[in-house]
Amino acid sequence: MESDLGLWAIPLAVIGGAIRVSTPILFVSLGETLTERSGRINLGLEGTLVFGAMAAYATAVLSGSPWLGVLVGALCGAVFGLIHGVICSIPKVNDIAIGIAMMLLGTGLAFYFGKPFIQPVAPDLPAIPLGWWSDLPQVQAALNVNVLFVIGLIAALALAWALRATRPGLILRVVGDSTDAARAMGLRPAMIRTMATAIGGAFAGIGGSYLSLYYPGSWNEGISSGQGLMAVALVIFARWSPINCFWAALLFGGAGALGPALQSVGVTQGYYLFYAAPYILTLGVLIATSSTSRALTGAPGELSITK
Amino acid sequence: MAAVEQIFRATEAAGFGSLIRRSEAVAVPVLALIVGAAVFGLFLLTQGKSPVDFIAYVWQGGFGSAFSWQNTLSRAAPLLMAAMCVALPARLGLVVIGGEGAIVLGGVATGALGAHLAWAPAPLGITLMVIAAMAVGGIWIGMAGALRHYRGVNETISSLLLSYTAIALMNHLVEGPLRDPASLNKPSTAPLAETMRVGPLPGMDVHWGLALGVLACILCWILIERTAWGFAARIAGGNVRAAQVQGLAVGKLVIGFTALGGAIAGLAGFFEVSTVHGSANASLAAGYGYTGILIAFLARQNTLAIIPVAILLAGIEASSGLVQRRMGLPDATMQVLQGIVFISILMSDAAYGRLAIFKPKGN
Amino acid sequence: MTDFLSKSPRSTLSRRDLLRGSAALGGVAALSGFPGVARAQSALTVGFIYVGPRDDFGYNQSHAIGAAAVKAMEGVTVVEEENVPETIDVQKSMESMINFDGATLIFPTSFGYFDPHILTLAPKYPDVRFEHCGGLWSADKHPTNVGSYFGYIGMGQYLNGIAAGHATKTKKIGFVAAKPIPQVLLNINSFLLGARAVDPSITCQVIFTGEWSLAVKEAEATNALVDAGADVITCHVDGPKVVVETAAGRGAFVCGYHADQSALSPDKYLTGAEWNWAKVYTDMVSATMKGEAIPNFVRGGLADGFIKMSPLGPAVPEAGRAQFEAVKAEIEKGGFSVIKGPLKDNAGNVVATDGQAFLETDPALEGMAYLVEGVIGSTS
Repeated sequence: MESDLGLWAIPLAVIGGAIRVSTPILFVSLGETLTERSGRINLGLEGTLVFGAMAAYATAVLSGSPWLGVLVGALCGAVFGLIHGVICSIPKVNDIAIGIAMMLLGTGLAFYFGKPFIQPVAPDLPAIPLGWWSDLPQVQAALNVNVLFVIGLIAALALAWALRATRPGLILRVVGDSTDAARAMGLRPAMIRTMATAIGGAFAGIGGSYLSLYYPGSWNEGISSGQGLMAVALVIFARWSPINCFWAALLFGGAGALGPALQSVGVTQGYYLFYAAPYILTLGVLIATSSTSRALTGAPGELSITK
Repeated sequence: MAAVEQIFRATEAAGFGSLIRRSEAVAVPVLALIVGAAVFGLFLLTQGKSPVDFIAYVWQGGFGSAFSWQNTLSRAAPLLMAAMCVALPARLGLVVIGGEGAIVLGGVATGALGAHLAWAPAPLGITLMVIAAMAVGGIWIGMAGALRHYRGVNETISSLLLSYTAIALMNHLVEGPLRDPASLNKPSTAPLAETMRVGPLPGMDVHWGLALGVLACILCWILIERTAWGFAARIAGGNVRAAQVQGLAVGKLVIGFTALGGAIAGLAGFFEVSTVHGSANASLAAGYGYTGILIAFLARQNTLAIIPVAILLAGIEASSGLVQRRMGLPDATMQVLQGIVFISILMSDAAYGRLAIFKPKGN
Repeated sequence: MTDFLSKSPRSTLSRRDLLRGSAALGGVAALSGFPGVARAQSALTVGFIYVGPRDDFGYNQSHAIGAAAVKAMEGVTVVEEENVPETIDVQKSMESMINFDGATLIFPTSFGYFDPHILTLAPKYPDVRFEHCGGLWSADKHPTNVGSYFGYIGMGQYLNGIAAGHATKTKKIGFVAAKPIPQVLLNINSFLLGARAVDPSITCQVIFTGEWSLAVKEAEATNALVDAGADVITCHVDGPKVVVETAAGRGAFVCGYHADQSALSPDKYLTGAEWNWAKVYTDMVSATMKGEAIPNFVRGGLADGFIKMSPLGPAVPEAGRAQFEAVKAEIEKGGFSVIKGPLKDNAGNVVATDGQAFLETDPALEGMAYLVEGVIGSTS
């Protein structure tokens, strides 16, 4: 049935892992990029991700439709984003702190309402078999690409283009770079930031629905294990560029597959250190590409975390 | 309200106007706490549960008896130190979220060293372990500060990455090179010699970490508010360029404050091992570092305010079991409560200086 | 399982009513300064503490099912707490159950609760009985009000291995494991040795995830095992749901663990090694109510009803069924050894000489630190 790939199993696992694991990270970082480009930071997307995962799963269980689940996940995410956005529009309220509190609220509500949905099985989202050309089942499995991954890629490209070349993109950047300049142009920064946070939340909700409806494809309380928080941090790594978010998510997902893949080819010692590969690699790239002179390249001027 | 108003005006007339302005710093968050609890009460009502019972159980479980207080204070101890790892760098405008890593590695250092200290008299051995734990924690978070200063690496992401790396390192060490073969199904370092264990505070069932945590909060407050270093940090936190123009050593401040924060978090790791666990193991990664972030922000990075906030949070967690058992609510209920209450308290920041009652009328 | 899911509405209702009554009392008492415990009176209050969510399709659920059986007993009040970490938290949870609920029998169900947490608390509450799952109680080291119990679930994994040995085509089976600790190593070894009882050429690939509950890593490990050619997968993590679903989704067969996961994939599920804590807990509670002492060191296997096997799935061939039932009968008779010589570990060291055999009751097995020949993996 399956044939022995030898050491080729490692690059294949990394590619497969990158495709499987990256999607939720990609959606959260895209959403956060949008939010941060408007000059706000929403640290609470971990909670949004988890709630989105629960809401999507519950909807899919009850309705039988995974796509309805994704929609509900996105809507719930938008609501969380909206709450964060509205609260942070009040003067003197700290967006980082509200984000942390929202993280607690999101995971708390998800666990609270998610208890009855741990046991039932929900229908999965469909995947596109891009590995049809190969006879190897491993290749076919690795290239079984979920539709949301493709949508994420398109969203990254579209977002990059929209930020660069469209009027809403320009408005978002102006608001993110200078509240005063935005006001002078007759824009309403608080309103625009709130919208950007709501849309960012919707992205995170979709990311959550991928977790529960495709990979790993079930709802339980350990479903995210901090991926949302990591994805928010990766936005800084990606220097607020949607395209870079895509690469960062791939790097992160691929590096995460190293641990199991190395064990499967017989490199069995020190697996904790291999499991830390995504963090160490990201830190390494970050150190290599940073410098004091351009520390804030790409950073929105109004962003509290880099001010 | 009118009565309060009268008392305030009388106080003011007696020449204690500043007392009123100070009371605002207490009254506003307390009011916000009540509002938050009320909103949560509405949530409970939608779930068919009694908010009155709930509050009674939180009180009973967290603060209502000697046992409840000891429960609360035991939980508060590591949180005090974890919050400091956020609050100190925050005075320089840095957002450090990786304190968990310093706690974990501080614990590992304590466990690794403590197992070999049977020869040492207790004061010496304990001093050595404290130094080791604080040094490791300080270096770990200090690295984030150094990377920030020398390479311009954002400290928020680097501290988070370092924290995950620290947890992996801890797991590797306690299951590999440092594993005590006798620890069987809970891989741990060799147990600390009995003389190296730190006992409870006199007359209480709460360990010394609480006292040291409170002391650290007070000392850091003095450092920030009453010393030249603290003054320099506050200037640099407000405006790095201005600080540099003034000739302040911003680099030393950044590395010093992050390292100090990390060292205090490392001390939390020391207490976990020397008082609770007796050896280092995976239970060191209990999430105190992440809770500390929330506490520091709720305390508005004021190290004295960290003390009541940490106790409040610990009290809520201490009562969680009673609420689960008596009301049939899932444990996540407490997270929902914390989320709502903290959002309410954080929103109340907007109310400072806006409530007419706290404004002096005399001048 | 389904009973557990629906949480049998009738009993929940009555319990809820009861709770509400006592809660109202407690509430009134609370506002007037807490005179202490205001709870429904019963002969015995029993506490259960879980390290994870009690409906995790695995370890914690198996205990919660046991607790539910105790709850149904006459004259017993059950109090439960879930997601309690192995820190000072569990000490305080136990004390809270003792102080507020009057619990006199407590089942802290996670291994990590034993040392130091139960051992710290037990001398302080000599009238409370602490019954711990998985610990190695010893008379010269531990307090007498502490007991430890466990089941010989390795035998279940051996039977899993027999079913796997008949189902595998690639002659390679896979094991997703949390950490290389004795309980897990014994399960891995038993799984492979069961399969080798069918075909000695079978090998078993193990991947450690390093955590007891980490969904994404468990899914990645399962994928890596299938990619490496394993076509029957089992696991030892707290909640096997992700492993079972991922493996079945990749077309591999699965053997369950902790609880019955057959509902997740009836076609691919071969069998499973399940805990039967309901029996253990109801026995211990009724002994306590009769005033009888529970032995401090309790162990049991298939014959004692401590563990049981999920019904064989349709994918197990006829020859497999026969061998499975025969070996199961032999295990239940007693005297059966999984670990017996000549046997080497996968580093080439002899772990059992020719003629040497370890009975399931042998405490030496509870300190296992090796993987047997044929297991691809390492213990550190």
